[in-house]
Amino acid sequence: MGLTLTWLSVIILIPLAGLFLKSFELSLDQFWGILTSRRTLNALKISFGLAFAAAIVNLVMGMIIVWALVRYRFPGRRIFDAIVDIPFALPTAVAGVALTSLFAQKGWLGAPLAELGIKVAFTPLGIFIAMIFIGIPFVVRTVQPVLIDLDAEIEEAAASLGANRWHTVSKVILPSLIPALLTGFALAFARAVGEYGSVIFIAGNLPNVSEIAPLLIVIRLSEFRYADATAIAVVMLVASFLIIFAVNRLQRWAQTRTPAY
Amino acid sequence: MIEVKNIVKKFGAFAALDHVDLKVANGELLALLGPSGSGKTTLLRIIAGLDWPDAGEVSFDGENALAHGASERHVGFVFQHYALFRHMTVFENVAFGLRVQPRAVRKDEAAIRARVKELLDLVQLDWLSSRYPSQLSGGQRQRIALARALAIEPRILLLDEPFGALDAKVRKELRQWLRSLHHEINVTSIFVTHDQEEALEVANRVVVMDKGRIVQIGTPGDVYDNPATAFVHSFIGESIVLPVEVRDGCVRLGGKPLNIAADGVSSGPSKLFVRRHDMAIGPAGSGAFEGAVRHVRTFGPIQRAEVALSAGEGTTVIEIDAPRDRELQPGDIVSLHPRRYRIFAGQD
Ligand SMILES: Nc1ncnc2c1ncn2[C@@H]1O[C@H](COP(=O)(O)OP(=O)(O)OP(=O)(O)O)[C@@H](O)[C@H]1O
Ligand SMILES: [Mg+2]
Repeated sequence: MGLTLTWLSVIILIPLAGLFLKSFELSLDQFWGILTSRRTLNALKISFGLAFAAAIVNLVMGMIIVWALVRYRFPGRRIFDAIVDIPFALPTAVAGVALTSLFAQKGWLGAPLAELGIKVAFTPLGIFIAMIFIGIPFVVRTVQPVLIDLDAEIEEAAASLGANRWHTVSKVILPSLIPALLTGFALAFARAVGEYGSVIFIAGNLPNVSEIAPLLIVIRLSEFRYADATAIAVVMLVASFLIIFAVNRLQRWAQTRTPAY
Repeated sequence: MIEVKNIVKKFGAFAALDHVDLKVANGELLALLGPSGSGKTTLLRIIAGLDWPDAGEVSFDGENALAHGASERHVGFVFQHYALFRHMTVFENVAFGLRVQPRAVRKDEAAIRARVKELLDLVQLDWLSSRYPSQLSGGQRQRIALARALAIEPRILLLDEPFGALDAKVRKELRQWLRSLHHEINVTSIFVTHDQEEALEVANRVVVMDKGRIVQIGTPGDVYDNPATAFVHSFIGESIVLPVEVRDGCVRLGGKPLNIAADGVSSGPSKLFVRRHDMAIGPAGSGAFEGAVRHVRTFGPIQRAEVALSAGEGTTVIEIDAPRDRELQPGDIVSLHPRRYRIFAGQD
């Protein structure tokens, strides 16, 4: 126990504390100034906004994928199931390069999209797609086990009580999945906000347009503007904490409603 | 009236139900009894519309039920493992069937609340209405599942081993409670069990199933006293079973004739069934069997004795229940005579 706590402190808490201490070197005004500068604000907006949108897409897509994987038996299901983990397993830089070449103007997907007048690589849309890519396994892998565990008898009970398919799905199945869905959503969101490797290649990194907050931190660091970097980092840190806290509460809430047998 | 005609249900080549016929009168409380795998659950599921037969008919009051899916049949189904909705309170679980009714017939909120309250009172669990299923005991969950099924005023109530997952004491209580509940609301009910005592105690009529077929239907007294087959005799109530040989109207055990009638059983290897309490103890030489008492246990009004029969090759040991008016001792030589017995042809 003691060991765990020590380890946890060394590895997580001390760097975090350092970060906060560093940010205390700034006066509140300075801090505020950095955060509200146009470039910082835009970077945060891009990171959080696109991450949120991507997490929503992942929520819906993830639910559909889980449903297909759990409820249907089709050839290649196992392979499909394994593919879901690729964004987990792939080094993020590799994912970034792969996505970029795929969506570049001459890429497999980039070319037909360009015909339609849609430019993906080096635009915010590219960031959005990279964020979807890295977030999808979080939703699938949190919801999948819950759906598998959901008893077929529950649906049969609903049917025998007169519920049609719509009522069964909306009143019985989805509510049972909500805690898992929200957890998956929060995890995908958190990951997308902090994602660096797979995003920067496809992003184009134009300040105010397609520059994400983690990249801005790196840029500030390379410019030796540590205070700026720290201020942005603190904001992202607080956001992550809030998300983790929310996930935690959700899980607790879900647990109280799950039978103990 | 619920009528099931000639139902066949196959899983692959295996027939889980093999030409099953059953009629259930309105208001009846019927027990479906049989060993594991005999097709009891499958039959209930077909009646409820959760499974479809490969052949045969199911009708409710003369109307073809197979034309409707589960949600249109108004069949209350109580699952062995309750299948309560975990994310809903007890109240909402019971209200579910009322809330999903088509808008045209749906009750208003006040009426739903009143009805749920009434049902929770009926199962005596009104005080639990705001709990979640995870916060209930097994017996309470079972009663909530029952209240939920009753909410839709089902034309028939099906209970699949309703007390299967509960301990013996709770089972006994719920058994009596189910009986009185049925007396009160009088809904046509079929309940599955593989506990014969439960079936005999609760039901008006008992249906015994084996290997996908119905082997006997009758009152509890009927199936106990006049079992139709060797299977029913050994399945319902405990019996002494002896392998005998019938030859020319004479019953032999290990080559030695027993002085009992063959009751028209044709010649060949057969089985003799006697209830333990139907073995009368008489003076030596008077009965069908002779044997030595090996061990005696007494409890309540009876003494249970292990008797090693002298007939037959080797020793055949049987257990009998004798009244305590005559104390038995290990080593006593006794003569036994079956007051009632049945002989079924065949050795299996
Ligand atoms: N979905 C299924 N697929 C294949 N076989 C099945 C299926 N459902 C039931 N069976 C088979 O049908 C037979 C009857 O099953 P059923 O569940 O009706 O038995 P039961 O009498 O309810 O037994 P128990 O007392 O153990 O619940 C069993 O041999 C079982 O293996
Ligand atoms: Mg069963």
